[in-house]
Amino acid sequence: MLEIKNLHVKLEEEEKQILKGVDLTVEAGKVHAIMGPNGSGKSTLSYVLSGRDGYEVTEGSATLEGADLLEMEPEERAAAGIFLAFQYPVEIPGVGNMTFLRTAVNAQRKARGEEELSAADFLKEVRAKAKSLKIDADMLKRPVNVGFSGGEKKRNEILQMAMLEPKMCILDETDSGLDVDAMKLVAEGVNALRDEGRGFLVITHYQRLLDHIKPDVVHIMADGRIVKTGGPELALEVENNGYADILAEVN
Amino acid sequence: MALPEVKQTATEARLATLTMPEAGCTRAAREDALARVLEMGLPGRRDEYWKYTRPDTLISAEQPHAALFHSDEPLLFGNLDRLKIVFIDGVFSAEDSDDLELEGVNIDRIEDICCKDIHWAKELYGVLETRGQSPVQRPLAALNTAFAADGVAIHVTGKPTKPISLIYRHASETSDAMLHHIIRVESGAEVTILENGPAASRFNKCIEIDIADGGTLHHVRAQGRDHERCAATHMFTRLGRESVFKSFTLTVNGVLTRNEQVIELTGDDAIAHVAGACVGDGDFHHDDTVFVTHDAVNCESRQVFKKVLRNGATGVFQGKILVKEGAQKTDGYQISQSLLLDDDSQFLAKPELEIYADDVACSHGSTSGAIDETALFYLRSRGVSVKDATNMLTLAFLAEAVDEIEDEVLSEAIVNRLEGWLSRHI
Repeated sequence: MLEIKNLHVKLEEEEKQILKGVDLTVEAGKVHAIMGPNGSGKSTLSYVLSGRDGYEVTEGSATLEGADLLEMEPEERAAAGIFLAFQYPVEIPGVGNMTFLRTAVNAQRKARGEEELSAADFLKEVRAKAKSLKIDADMLKRPVNVGFSGGEKKRNEILQMAMLEPKMCILDETDSGLDVDAMKLVAEGVNALRDEGRGFLVITHYQRLLDHIKPDVVHIMADGRIVKTGGPELALEVENNGYADILAEVN
Repeated sequence: MALPEVKQTATEARLATLTMPEAGCTRAAREDALARVLEMGLPGRRDEYWKYTRPDTLISAEQPHAALFHSDEPLLFGNLDRLKIVFIDGVFSAEDSDDLELEGVNIDRIEDICCKDIHWAKELYGVLETRGQSPVQRPLAALNTAFAADGVAIHVTGKPTKPISLIYRHASETSDAMLHHIIRVESGAEVTILENGPAASRFNKCIEIDIADGGTLHHVRAQGRDHERCAATHMFTRLGRESVFKSFTLTVNGVLTRNEQVIELTGDDAIAHVAGACVGDGDFHHDDTVFVTHDAVNCESRQVFKKVLRNGATGVFQGKILVKEGAQKTDGYQISQSLLLDDDSQFLAKPELEIYADDVACSHGSTSGAIDETALFYLRSRGVSVKDATNMLTLAFLAEAVDEIEDEVLSEAIVNRLEGWLSRHI
């Protein structure tokens, strides 16, 4: 599904290399987790995959089902099936959550040559999905993320993911700022979307999110590279011993 | 004091092109207004109040020229039940207007108020304009009082069931029009006034509004898109006790627009809100000049002005709140913001507060900024195109001003119009 080969990325405005040769393949139906210390390049990877400005790919490739992601605009990547759940969801005063969701859903359908969802069908679907994430009607009416609590913002991200039904979901520290109950709710939302055709890349600092979203593969990222790959037990190792042991081992 | 020679010459040249209408009972007011014009002179480039807007085309003795703009978009307020009063190049058109009959309101043409002996009108024509000449001079308004050839007198005594819609059509490429309306809202009466259309190649319009105790006036205006037109408009509004005045203006293009709002809160517990949203492209210049005077206790005033500017467009905001001695418990708010879509556009703002009472809450703010790149990326990452995302954020930026329109049908009409314009890139 998602194939990243020897990806090198630097900041556009300064000579700072952040990713230094990332190799990673996420298969359809699998959940891959990326863990790593601060500054290892995890968030940069998520931004580069979703097309944020400010980064320059100096070497390597990233493809989704064979299509070159790096050549696409952010909205084209979204239509192709990439979804990034933001670490810090953006507040947009003046744009209603519902209007935003509907515009996004229909823009993607249109880009894929599908028919736009009618207002009634959209409403029905969004209400059902919002309910399972405990998002009330008021949150849907309010401007995007404005005045939402940390937990509400993350649930709103998962709602967007559920509505857009992407092929490849990238979750950037979705657990940050969440209490245990909120994390469970978000994890349930994610788990409900797991299926044969969909890949997940879950970026996190901590193992605790992975108690709720069970990964198939765990990668450790350090200094712009994947330095170790293993099964779920790798996450437990990090939890118990921190990153120091692993980093010492690979160096 | 003698006027500077440049000003004297420019004023005389302009006056030489104008003829004062005969209109009997307003004649005295017109003569007085002419005397004010002669004393003040027309605005010049060195006047402080015209520091950010060049008045040259507004006062020029040369005949103005503006191409007509043809559009296939549906008429604004087209589906709305309203009483239509149509002016073509500043001249009332009975043929295009509805019968001026509506329960709760009397409407007459200014030229008819004499023969009908309409007292309130005689007592209002030029009066608020005169009051509005201090502490800042507004010579174009005095010029209007003296020479406006047409206009209506609207006397609101009840609560008419539909809005009164003033429609200004532009038909001649060299039209130079002046309109002067007067509106009196009686105690407890309520009315909605709509204005739309490009009006003329050059348009000078003045409205004097007197709202008695407990009266309410809603005003929604959309200034036409004819790109080459220029306009100077004044609204002078006096509010009595517990009265309400809410005004919203939408401006899209027009090479020069100066909208002045002069508001005087003279009765306790009155409320005045003025808002404006404008979208400017290229050699567009838009100036909102607002002067609110609080001269009573516990009044509320709000100024909300938002401008979207691109391709070198210029936006100006001069907003003042004057709180007179004794106007305690005043609640004054003023915000002016611009969204600059490129580096060539500019926004010039002069917010002012002058306060002589000690128990007041007044705040003001002014900002200029670009599109929020983070928000833009967020929308795009969900599949929304750059153009649609930019339009969504632009509309969101204007929303605070548009939200000042209380009536949902009217606000929807304005939003639809804005959406249409933005999707066509104006």
